[in-house]
Amino acid sequence: MIAFYALSIVLIASAIFTVTQRSPVYSVVGLLVNFITLATLFFTLNAEFLGVIQLVVYSGAILMLFVFVIALLSSGVGPFSEGPDRLPRILLPAILSVLAGFGFLAFGVLHAPLGTPPVAHSASVLGPVGSANVFGSVGDFGVALFTTQLLPFEVTAFILMVAVIGVVAIAGDAVPQATRGRHVRRKRSKDREPIVKAGR
Amino acid sequence: MSVELSNYIALSAVMFFIGVTGVVVRRNPLIVLMSIELMLNAANLALVAFSRAWVNTAGHVFVFLVVTVAAAEAAIGLAIVVAAFRRAKNVDVDEVSRLHG
Repeated sequence: MIAFYALSIVLIASAIFTVTQRSPVYSVVGLLVNFITLATLFFTLNAEFLGVIQLVVYSGAILMLFVFVIALLSSGVGPFSEGPDRLPRILLPAILSVLAGFGFLAFGVLHAPLGTPPVAHSASVLGPVGSANVFGSVGDFGVALFTTQLLPFEVTAFILMVAVIGVVAIAGDAVPQATRGRHVRRKRSKDREPIVKAGR
Repeated sequence: MSVELSNYIALSAVMFFIGVTGVVVRRNPLIVLMSIELMLNAANLALVAFSRAWVNTAGHVFVFLVVTVAAAEAAIGLAIVVAAFRRAKNVDVDEVSRLHG
């Protein structure tokens, strides 16, 4: 109980930190704290495999991608103009939309109470986190993934393939269209400076 | 479950709307993408909490799918940012408006 409240305070604080920071590098740090806290929350919810996935895929892969793109974009030039602050203009619609969203949510929760549901149809059994073949363990998740939920798993593979093709099509071209044909050709190997000088 | 399910859902909602605010207010495309990640993670938290309440692994599989979609979205979004930066040396989301019509 205390762990939940401590984790939720850290989660919300790091989310606000991520959104409000001026520099994207600080935002990445806030997002890292957010993801690690969320992985801990997953562990408290018996989802040990998803907690590990959260740590590896989000904190490891996706945030590393963000850091690399920040390093690539902000080397030497400032790519973000200091234009007019649009926060005052958008503040009222933002507050209204957030209030409307919370209103819908409160309406939904109050009119369909989240009571304790029956667990009779479940194939999994609850148990302590970390023991074998309980709900949320690797074995339990794997059985669900490869038997009853096989189609979403195959859709996952398709999504990843589409993403790879899309990234190569968008960013794979090393020469920008604007300078194509005018850029200096690379030297042929016999004209190039030798890497190791001979005769010394 | 010692903590009520509605607490998890409320936490997920707060985190989601922080992400919405980031998407609406910020102009840096990298921070906009990070706010989208925040929203996806809030949805993941709700799915895991419901999955735990129903003791059903289907929610876990759906979270797995969402994580995959988030990875693909981050990769393609960052590729678009890099491509836009290569063309214009300026990737402010207000000024990349060539498709505006």
